[in-house]
Amino acid sequence: MSDEILPGATSPTIGMPQPEAPTPGAPAGGATSEDRAASMLRRIATGEIGVSVLAFVLALVIGGILIAAVDPDVTKAAGYFFSRPSDLLTAAWDSVTQAYSAMFKGAVFNPDAATFQQAIRPLTETMTVATPLIIAALGVAVGFRAGLFNIGAQGQVILGATLGGYVGFAWHLPVGLHLLVALVGGILGGAIWAGIAGFLRARTGAHEVIVTIMLNYVALYLLSYLLTTDAFTIPGSNQPTSPGVDESAQLPLLLGDWSRLNAGFIVAILAAVFVWWLMTRSVIGFRFRAVGSNPHASRTAGVSISTTIVLVMVTSGALAGLAGAVQILGTEKQLSAGIAGSLGFDAITVALLGRSRPLGIFLAGLLYGGLDVGGRVMEAATGTPIDIVLVIQALVVLFIAAPPLVRAIFHLPDPTAPRRAKVRPEPVVKGASA
Amino acid sequence: MSAAVDTRPAAPAPAARVPSPLARRSWKAPITFGVLGLAALVLFGLLPSGGKETTFAIGASGTWFHLTDFTIPSKAGAIVLSLICLALAGYAAWRVRDGHKPGRWVGAVFGVAWVLAFLTWAVAGKSVSIVSLLQSSLVLAVPLAFGAMGGLLGERAGVVNIAIEGQLLTGAFGAALVASVTHSVYAGLIAAPVAGLLIGSLLALFTVKYRVNQIIVGVVLNVLAVGLTSFLYASVLKPNEATLNSPPRLQAVSIPVLANIPVVGPVLFRQTILVYLLYVAVVVLTISLFRTRWGLRVRAVGEHPLAADTVGINVQATRWRNVLLGSMVAGLGGAFFTLGSVGKFAQEMTAGKGYIALAAMILGRWTPIGSLGAALLFGFANALQLVLSVLDVPVPNQLMLMLPYLVTIVAVAGLVGRVRGPAAAGEPYVKE
Amino acid sequence: MKLELRGITKSFGPLVANDHIDLVVEPGQIHALLGENGAGKSTLMNVLFGLYSADEGEILLDDEERTFEGPGDALAAGIGMVHQHFMLVPVFTVAENVMLGHEATKSAGLLDLEAARTRVRELAARFGFELDPDAVVEDLPVGVQQRVEIVKALARDAKVLILDEPTAVLTPQETDELIGIMRQLRDAGTSIVFITHKLREVRAVADVITVIRRGRVVGSASPDAAETELASMMVGRAVSLSLGKAPAQPGDTTFEVRNLTVLDAAGSVVLDDVSFDLARGEILTVAGVQGNGQTELAEALLGLTPPIAGSVRLEGRDLVGLSPREVLDAGVGFVPEDRSVDGLVGDFTVEENLVLDLVHTPAYSRGGALNLGAIRRNAEHRIDEFDIRTQGPAQAAGRLSGGNQQKVVLARELSRPLKLFVASQPTRGVDVGSIEFLHRRIVAERDNGTPVLIVSTELDEVVELADRIAVMYRGRIVGIVPADTPRDVLGLMMAGVPQSEAEQQAAEHPTAGL
Repeated sequence: MSDEILPGATSPTIGMPQPEAPTPGAPAGGATSEDRAASMLRRIATGEIGVSVLAFVLALVIGGILIAAVDPDVTKAAGYFFSRPSDLLTAAWDSVTQAYSAMFKGAVFNPDAATFQQAIRPLTETMTVATPLIIAALGVAVGFRAGLFNIGAQGQVILGATLGGYVGFAWHLPVGLHLLVALVGGILGGAIWAGIAGFLRARTGAHEVIVTIMLNYVALYLLSYLLTTDAFTIPGSNQPTSPGVDESAQLPLLLGDWSRLNAGFIVAILAAVFVWWLMTRSVIGFRFRAVGSNPHASRTAGVSISTTIVLVMVTSGALAGLAGAVQILGTEKQLSAGIAGSLGFDAITVALLGRSRPLGIFLAGLLYGGLDVGGRVMEAATGTPIDIVLVIQALVVLFIAAPPLVRAIFHLPDPTAPRRAKVRPEPVVKGASA
Repeated sequence: MSAAVDTRPAAPAPAARVPSPLARRSWKAPITFGVLGLAALVLFGLLPSGGKETTFAIGASGTWFHLTDFTIPSKAGAIVLSLICLALAGYAAWRVRDGHKPGRWVGAVFGVAWVLAFLTWAVAGKSVSIVSLLQSSLVLAVPLAFGAMGGLLGERAGVVNIAIEGQLLTGAFGAALVASVTHSVYAGLIAAPVAGLLIGSLLALFTVKYRVNQIIVGVVLNVLAVGLTSFLYASVLKPNEATLNSPPRLQAVSIPVLANIPVVGPVLFRQTILVYLLYVAVVVLTISLFRTRWGLRVRAVGEHPLAADTVGINVQATRWRNVLLGSMVAGLGGAFFTLGSVGKFAQEMTAGKGYIALAAMILGRWTPIGSLGAALLFGFANALQLVLSVLDVPVPNQLMLMLPYLVTIVAVAGLVGRVRGPAAAGEPYVKE
Repeated sequence: MKLELRGITKSFGPLVANDHIDLVVEPGQIHALLGENGAGKSTLMNVLFGLYSADEGEILLDDEERTFEGPGDALAAGIGMVHQHFMLVPVFTVAENVMLGHEATKSAGLLDLEAARTRVRELAARFGFELDPDAVVEDLPVGVQQRVEIVKALARDAKVLILDEPTAVLTPQETDELIGIMRQLRDAGTSIVFITHKLREVRAVADVITVIRRGRVVGSASPDAAETELASMMVGRAVSLSLGKAPAQPGDTTFEVRNLTVLDAAGSVVLDDVSFDLARGEILTVAGVQGNGQTELAEALLGLTPPIAGSVRLEGRDLVGLSPREVLDAGVGFVPEDRSVDGLVGDFTVEENLVLDLVHTPAYSRGGALNLGAIRRNAEHRIDEFDIRTQGPAQAAGRLSGGNQQKVVLARELSRPLKLFVASQPTRGVDVGSIEFLHRRIVAERDNGTPVLIVSTELDEVVELADRIAVMYRGRIVGIVPADTPRDVLGLMMAGVPQSEAEQQAAEHPTAGL
């Protein structure tokens, strides 16, 4: 992961001694086709995809141990472990499998349902929950790839939901236009909020991590303040919730009334395609990546670092704001203090899990959405607190970030090491280019 | 050696380094002071209607002599204090024009005068106790100061500790659980650093050994801490509140003699053992970091790890040790939430204090004393909000709640700007 | 102490940096290790110093085999090293840097700074230079920083002293001074390993010379050997040491710098009233010891740091106040002094780096969208033209060797019509073969009629390329002199002595001929 993310643009680099001049392109010698097939297999088992899968398995195992450890039946069986040890194992196995299968049924497919619609409803629910997560994570990823840590997606989501929601319930515009304006409102809200952090970073050097975190809290209290004002509450009510957004500003349902899946999902797909184009095919994205990778060289090549920082933050925040707007216009329909949930924070882990690549984020977002939806069902069905999902999510990201640890746990060879008895680290080429 | 050497200026005498009269002057401070002073004059002094009085209580029982409350007319008081602010702004401008820096005391006096002007306006017609305001400022600063010191221990050795939040949270959890089970507040105080250590060892493992980006690991560990404590709270503590989540509270201990000094005594020396531990920690850390062999080596590792390595200092081991130590200090701070403040554990009860601790560390320029000062500033903002929310003042409570966060942003952006932290913080050390 | 290395082998992945190297250094001997950049000298010394662990081989001290787990072990065994990139903590004082790692303490574990100060003063007095123990290292000029490095090694009573390219940052006179110290140490019985790629120095100071090429010892030579002989051993083929460029045919003066003054962030003057002219078809080289304002001059010309006074006129247009983008677009080709930091984005591919500052031009993008085809075609063309050794346009630039990285930077900057070409340290850390190539390209650009400004701290390069030489000292231009000015005079001017006085002094006190 570290090849994509560098610390802040002004952070100093340490002078590392370079192993003198690596000679380019010294191929290891003639590899036979047999060798190549074997190495291909090895790479799948130990490379990126393999590590991701193993990391997920590992996180589930640790989560399972925790679930079993706090299960009353398991604790009871542990009390007489020495007389009947098998009881403990059975109890633990039951508790874990029940929890996880409830999670699966809640997130993907419910085989016990009467109709097909009901059976796949969990999957559509997962997609619904994943929608804003994917969009916000795309925003976070734009920051990561430009070397900026936008930890403030939460605040930007809140602002996006606030502005998008306000347009939705306070303005009354024609069908079509209303939705569009509301979405743009959300984009603006997030962009401005992140833009503050970008501006401060560019002008004063205030670290964006601190500023965006602080802005999260400011956004939270700002929203709860707004929900006490007349403009944001239902007339005559002192409930801290806004009126519902107009029908004309809502994202239409995609599958009919039986599922909450809405056009936000299409927005998420479009956003992913847009970010892919932006980062790999556009001049602006080229500059974003250049500044993220080496701000010094970018500056020398005529790229304005401050302008780029502000642009990156604005883009990143715009996506997070769009996520907030999609959340309120697609699923929530009215503004409340908890509108953003923990969307903005989850988006960070989703972006990390997706390795800041649009397709990866799309898949990671679905996985996280599934864990959330399934977790709720699991809590209701087995009493296992949903917070275990947070533990699993955090562990997955940690393990994926440290492939050597995963390989060490599963006793796998290092695919980057030359196939020799002695495994040695590669020379640091990074130090020079950072 | 050739004779030519003698013609060179013998000493390095860096002539070119002398600040030139052409140097750009920073007008940031005078302008900020001026704008704030003017705002105070208009909002607190000129606009409000007159006729009300503000009372400041500064007495407390048990001191050598009792100080009587003093009462001032709100409007006139606010105007006078605002004018003092403006005078300081003028002084700062005069200093800057002459090519000097305004001096640190100007900022400090300005801050006090401005806050007093605000208070005079906000509590017009009512009374506020300065002693209890300062007392609770110190109390609320405790987790921030411990957290900030936990952070600076890591950063001085080159490891950014964003996971302070997680360490505070697990510390709070561990303290509550162990103190409840053992019925001993001291056992809780021991459990807190151990719980912090859990997050600290993961931080060290991933950042030092596996060289994963430090900010990422920190952020993810905070998620892990929230998940883990919430999960265990919901599944273990909540069903057994009475036995597992009812820790004894820390009691205030008066220090003989010192506690009887008016104002200072009640504020500083009628506190819990956690506060006294904080005093000790600040003193010990300051001396250790800047006066001992250990401190010199730690700072070398944080500034230039390769240089430290070339003189035989084990960079990785130093980082491990410091991260672990730092997480224990932060974990101890977490005990404040359960043993000192609320009296029981609740989900996500640290509510972002760890991030404010991080800001306090930066604001305190990576020194223990500076961190304590910054933590006190944040503690004061927090205490002010609590006091004012009770007094029903003309400011919405939500906006007061924002205050510490806004102060942080202004402080990080305006006052600190491009401050230099340990040069190698955030950089994994790769030798070969 | 006698030092012996037997069969040292060290590889990084597929690259064998040291291949069974044998070396014997006798007590009281200055043993020069001569080799090109990238030959494996520094790797060998890092192995000896315990920074790298060898794959194979033995280290013997006084005929006793030793293993070093880290630099701590090497230091304890009496090995000291003055690193090419100084290993000093910038924010520490001289005394703190010297004591680091073997600190004297008072009671209660408090640091005994006074003892460290005394040690610094003692050692400085012994070798006849001045050093303030309480000065903060980052405020010191590089030449003085090197003294700190030497004092640091000597404070631990090093019996074997390794000096890794120690003269790169010194004026010729300071180099003389260093050689004096080295001889003094040798006479006191210290074994010295002197790593360099500069032939003159080797011949002046070494007792024994070992030449290393591509990780192997290719032979030893006596200090009396001719320079061309040493050079061909080092490079592995006959090399012509002179570029043999034709005399310049200067055209109109199109580039004028007047009274340029720049302050650093702290408000100190780093570029002081600099003025010069440059004509089409002429190379002006800026000589000087690193840190005397050359970097700031180059950065000010590009618009990276705004000057507080002065003008920069290119073909009548004032460049002051323009952004770097505008300056580049005005036809200025710019090669920064540190290619890996400022010249290239290491994670980017070669083809991306070849358009780093051109990507917004119509040739490579339309309506904000990249023209990937054009970018690829450009890369293929430049790789061919500049003989860039790469696995292909899509290889990460950070993986190329130093010489090829520099070729990428030069290829990019020379790939469009220029009105001015500015290059800092165009061949730093580059192998001899690439140096020749890069120098020829620069001269070719001059012969195209472009005014060329070269900043270099390598006196060899300055003299090689120059049509005229501007010498800088502490932010000022001491003088602008013809290319055939004697090195003695240039050296004195680099230490701040005005031209006329320098000529007089050089005549009275000829130096060792460096």
